[in-house]
Amino acid sequence: MTTTGLVWANLRRNKKRTILTMLSVMVAFFLFGVLRSVITTLDAATEVGSEGRLISSSASGITFLLPEAHANRLAAVDGVSSVSWANWFGAYYRDPNDFFAQFAIKADTYIPMYPEIVITAGSMDDFMRERNAAIVGVGLLRKFGWQVGQKVTLTGTFAAGDWDFNIRAAYDPPDPAFGDELMFFHYEYFWEGTNRQVTPGWFVMTLEEPDRAAEVASTIDAMFKSSVAPTKTQTEKAFNAGFVTMWGNIGFLVSAIGTAVFFAILFVSANTMMMAVRERIGEIAVLKTVGFGDRLIFGLVLAESMLISVLGGALGLFLARGAFAGRNALNAFFPGFGVTGGTIALGLAMALALGVVSGAVPAFQSARLSVASALRQVG
Amino acid sequence: MSSTESATMSASAPAAKGRVLVQIRDLAKNYRRGAETVHVFEGVNLDIHEGEYLALMGPSGSGKSTLLNILAGLDKPDRGKVVVDGKDVTAMNSRQLAAWRSTHIGFIFQFYNLLPVLTAAQNVELPLLLTNLGKKQRREHVMHALDVVGLSDRTEHFPKQLSGGQQQRVGIARAIVSDPTIILGDEPTGDLDSVSGDEILTLLERLNREFKKTILLVTHDAHAAERAQAIMRMDKGVLSR
Ligand SMILES: Nc1ncnc2c1ncn2[C@@H]1O[C@H](COP(=O)(O)OP(=O)(O)O)[C@@H](O)[C@H]1O
Ligand SMILES: [Mg+2]
Repeated sequence: MTTTGLVWANLRRNKKRTILTMLSVMVAFFLFGVLRSVITTLDAATEVGSEGRLISSSASGITFLLPEAHANRLAAVDGVSSVSWANWFGAYYRDPNDFFAQFAIKADTYIPMYPEIVITAGSMDDFMRERNAAIVGVGLLRKFGWQVGQKVTLTGTFAAGDWDFNIRAAYDPPDPAFGDELMFFHYEYFWEGTNRQVTPGWFVMTLEEPDRAAEVASTIDAMFKSSVAPTKTQTEKAFNAGFVTMWGNIGFLVSAIGTAVFFAILFVSANTMMMAVRERIGEIAVLKTVGFGDRLIFGLVLAESMLISVLGGALGLFLARGAFAGRNALNAFFPGFGVTGGTIALGLAMALALGVVSGAVPAFQSARLSVASALRQVG
Repeated sequence: MSSTESATMSASAPAAKGRVLVQIRDLAKNYRRGAETVHVFEGVNLDIHEGEYLALMGPSGSGKSTLLNILAGLDKPDRGKVVVDGKDVTAMNSRQLAAWRSTHIGFIFQFYNLLPVLTAAQNVELPLLLTNLGKKQRREHVMHALDVVGLSDRTEHFPKQLSGGQQQRVGIARAIVSDPTIILGDEPTGDLDSVSGDEILTLLERLNREFKKTILLVTHDAHAAERAQAIMRMDKGVLSR
């Protein structure tokens, strides 16, 4: 036997309690891994979107539409090299809860602006030729079991009714944060299908000189300032980040929940260690009597607490990583969702801290224990 | 003889004695319990010679355990000095005391105080974990100690698989495994039936005779005390023969 063996023996003393505590720590760190990944994924999402593309949306808010006629005036702005537009569709396939995003795009100008849409099956030409053709992400193919060439019917929400699409191409983005569960189809189909009610949701522009983005944006907004549909123009990156800030409250909520969980688990494991030490006062007195020093006693108790936390924490973190490795249910909401190495490292550091904090008080008490009075207590 | 007398108490006839191993001088201990002070003893003097087997008797609460604890460096006196094998125990700090205890003191408790999660052999091995001995050497020492107490065939048993008497013999093996300078027993037979208690007393006698161990045995059982070479009495804080 060794002193390490002594720590293990103590952990095995009350197996049920040790395992339950470890499981609690595991669940907490699983939750931590998932919650923090929501934040890291949202953060990554703010990085998606080009600095070189500008987006003009309605100054009244992103849910307001803009007149198609804006396009010509945008194209005439000095520094703008091309203009396109898009809108949300907001339909679902069979199950309304199976959310995925669809965009009606002015394809002939939109596609050339987005090198992210890398076609891996079907062909762009087939898509371009057909009025109700669609490009879908490879993630959607997998999710719904679709195939290129297949006809799919979506149910519109605000653009009510059944909408038929022919899948003519599939894309696979080089950067997972772009998302591979998106669907693109022709704006014209959307426009006619809504009896020409729906107009562009936003305009996209590429610039001759990306450095001039700020200047061009303010020129555009000044131009439309007193029109019927004033605009708010920003880089695509800022535009996307704007969505993420809508999620910002979630980020805060997630941190709050994470902190609450951490403290809850701190009390659980601190309580376990208190109990473990309290029922062992006589044994600690014996160890001291045979010559175990205060530091060694402190170390033994702390090691026990740290083992519970770190083992439980590592289990939870790697479980979270495994559960959300590759494709997963959260991809539709958080493209590229996954538990990063940074989250694992932070989690392990927190597990270590948890072990130290929950073990420190009982370890200190054990180290300070007076043998004479301890032996008196236990007889 | 009064404990306040300066003459130092000696337990047995000078002719049979080895060198003085333990010197207790003018030892005083009080406990504060809230506002009141409990005077346990004052001015206690005692010499223990190498190879001696002493019994210390006295009613409950007379300070026997307190004296034993101070001698083992587990408690601090308010006044006085304890010198063991030339070393002033009362002058050591807690870290020095822990190290010193591991090589000089073999303590036998009333309630055996074995760690329930460890086997008999592992319990006996505990004091050796603090030494530089290798695994194999530790094992040899452990086996020898368990052999001395007659438990060679119970080494892998856990405490709850052993009888009270057997558990106490494991406790004794643990107390002797590091070959300490002195063995201190605080009512080691107090929780045992008379047969098991007798076995323990026989074992202590053997340790004294065969292995020349110096032993101080606290007991309030006159029958147990008679097995020692000499009997000391502690009453109302006064140590006498
Ligand atoms: N930690 C303590 N606090 C207060 N009083 C104590 C403490 N330890 C011992 N005493 C008191 O000291 C006296 C001697 O106790 P003890 O040495 O255990 O006696 P014995 O072992 O002879 O029964 C008792 O009156 C006991 O109540
Ligand atoms: Mg006592």
